[in-house]
Amino acid sequence: MTTTTKPDTATAVPIENSLTAGRLPAPAPWIILGAAIAVGAAVFGVLALAGNEFNWGGALVVGALLYIPSIWLFSMLVEGRRRAMDRLVTALVTGAFVLAMIPLISLTITVVTYGLARFDAEFFSYSMRNVTGEGGGALHAIVGTLLITGAAAIISIPIGLMTSIYLVEYGRGRLARGITFLVDVMTGIPSIVAGLFAYALFSIFLGPGTRTGIAGAVALSVLMIPVVVRSSEEMLRLVPNELREAAYALGVPKWLTIVKVVLPTSIAGITTGITLAIARVIGETAPLLIAAGFTASMNYNLFDGRMSSLPVFVYTQYANQGNPPEAYLDRAWAAALTLILIVMALNLIARLVARFFAPKFGR
Amino acid sequence: MSTTTAIKAKQRPGDRVFSGSAVFAGSMILVTLAAVAIFLIVQSIPAFFATGEDASILPTNFWAYVGPLVFGTVWAATLALIMAIPVSIGIALFISHYAPRRLASVLGYIVDLLAAVPSVVFGLWGIGVLAPAVQPLYSWLVDNLGWFPLYSGPVSGTGRTILTAGIVLAVMVLPIMTAICREVFLQTPVLHEEAALALGATRWEMIRTAVLPFGRSGIISASVLGLGRALGETMAVAMVLSASGAVTFQLLTSVNPSTIAANIALSFPEAYGMNVNVLIATGLILFIVTFAVNAFARWIVSRRKEFSGAN
Repeated sequence: MTTTTKPDTATAVPIENSLTAGRLPAPAPWIILGAAIAVGAAVFGVLALAGNEFNWGGALVVGALLYIPSIWLFSMLVEGRRRAMDRLVTALVTGAFVLAMIPLISLTITVVTYGLARFDAEFFSYSMRNVTGEGGGALHAIVGTLLITGAAAIISIPIGLMTSIYLVEYGRGRLARGITFLVDVMTGIPSIVAGLFAYALFSIFLGPGTRTGIAGAVALSVLMIPVVVRSSEEMLRLVPNELREAAYALGVPKWLTIVKVVLPTSIAGITTGITLAIARVIGETAPLLIAAGFTASMNYNLFDGRMSSLPVFVYTQYANQGNPPEAYLDRAWAAALTLILIVMALNLIARLVARFFAPKFGR
Repeated sequence: MSTTTAIKAKQRPGDRVFSGSAVFAGSMILVTLAAVAIFLIVQSIPAFFATGEDASILPTNFWAYVGPLVFGTVWAATLALIMAIPVSIGIALFISHYAPRRLASVLGYIVDLLAAVPSVVFGLWGIGVLAPAVQPLYSWLVDNLGWFPLYSGPVSGTGRTILTAGIVLAVMVLPIMTAICREVFLQTPVLHEEAALALGATRWEMIRTAVLPFGRSGIISASVLGLGRALGETMAVAMVLSASGAVTFQLLTSVNPSTIAANIALSFPEAYGMNVNVLIATGLILFIVTFAVNAFARWIVSRRKEFSGAN
């Protein structure tokens, strides 16, 4: 909006254009940015001559920090105070976005480079039973994650979906308002508190110190239910009322209207929401560490004995390093890479479902 | 749908079963939350009256144990928010008003990817990459700005200080805060924005006069929700922070307060007897604090009904 400068009017016409007069030319910010980074590189180049290693990150940071005051200064000289402020804020806002990208990029690169060291067949086909030092794998943790998350999904999806149906189709008055409020608040329960709850629940009924896969699943469902409710509720509200009314007009009972009309219309959105909810809880560490514990062996039984999961595997491999420590760290990073790949795959599936199975409203 | 009609609709068994199970599922939410509160309270009552003789982790009594932890929790979350609020407002503005329209949704998706990274991976990254990377900066700060109380030394050799934990927490709460701010900023009436631009405002003046006043309550509720997340975040802090349980504001030394959640995660697997109850009681305090913070945030959001909230 502020950069309406057309290059042809700015360069070719010899007469000064009143629209672009007193403005920095369009490429000026880029030139200033390049110059700022060059200065940063020069500073660190001098340091590099003094014997230090050349620091690319430092050069870019110094360049970016130099750019912000210099674009303000140039704009102040040419365009005046108001536009200088505008340029300054543009630089700051863009800087904030770039700043947020740094951890994401750094994290991706780190996890991939460190994780690939042990991302091999043995990692996916062995447990940690009787393994000290090198070798071993995370099969027990992968199986545990799948079982616990699956059980959590089996508990959460019916409750979450029916609650959202209640809120959208039936809920009126104080109960509905109370549930909406509590679901919102439940979204913010710290994951470790959910783990403590599941632990307390099972230790009261089954004796203290009970740690089983199903306790972990209960903890995860406390975290998962509100996410499912929120997303499905939003999707159900998107279903046009005309569809419901058309069904009622044909004499269809309310429950059949919901099952045959409302749910099929919104199923793509609901699937997306559920997939994202699974992606959210599959990476939870703290509740599983407390409620499900960890073990080095395979355990296929949710109801008996401790069960490892991928996030807890990452944590225990890091926290209880043996000899040599590199073997443990490599396993931790490989498990982290596996975990991130699973989460990303779930996110991707969710987006694809939303994209390809969304109902066509003919808008 | 809720229009009252004189003719009573025919009651079918299917309807009764379906609506009954819907009500049941809805009440399960109430039951679950009540159960969380009740089981935590039941398990933690003994801890409130315990002394150092009953539970080995207690120095004297429960409150002396939980005090430094509460301080550490609030301090770490505050540090995270100080860093995260300006950055998330900046990102939200960038996506809603600065980035090219076609790129905006892709950029929003990329920021959301940060939310998808499990916290234990953030922990590994914080130890392996972030802490070594910021340690030289910390030494420099202590050497040159050590007169400033927050930066006083001696500097931590590992970089695993409360400030590093705060940075990791800030990165972790960024996505949700950005998502909420972005949604409110996008809801600014276009007519207000165009009116500001038509009066000759620059883009920043348009944002200052039209977008930010409109989005103020959204920014506040985003900050409070981010605070709730930061208070309860466990694994990243447990892994990154090398805690000693002291109450201190110093950011860069190796003497750091622990947080409630991190302390539970670190101590719980080996806890026995009364120590378990003590840890559950600290969890109850965390639950009450985050519950209050979240309820406050929701209350702010619900005062503005037209903004539905980006969970």
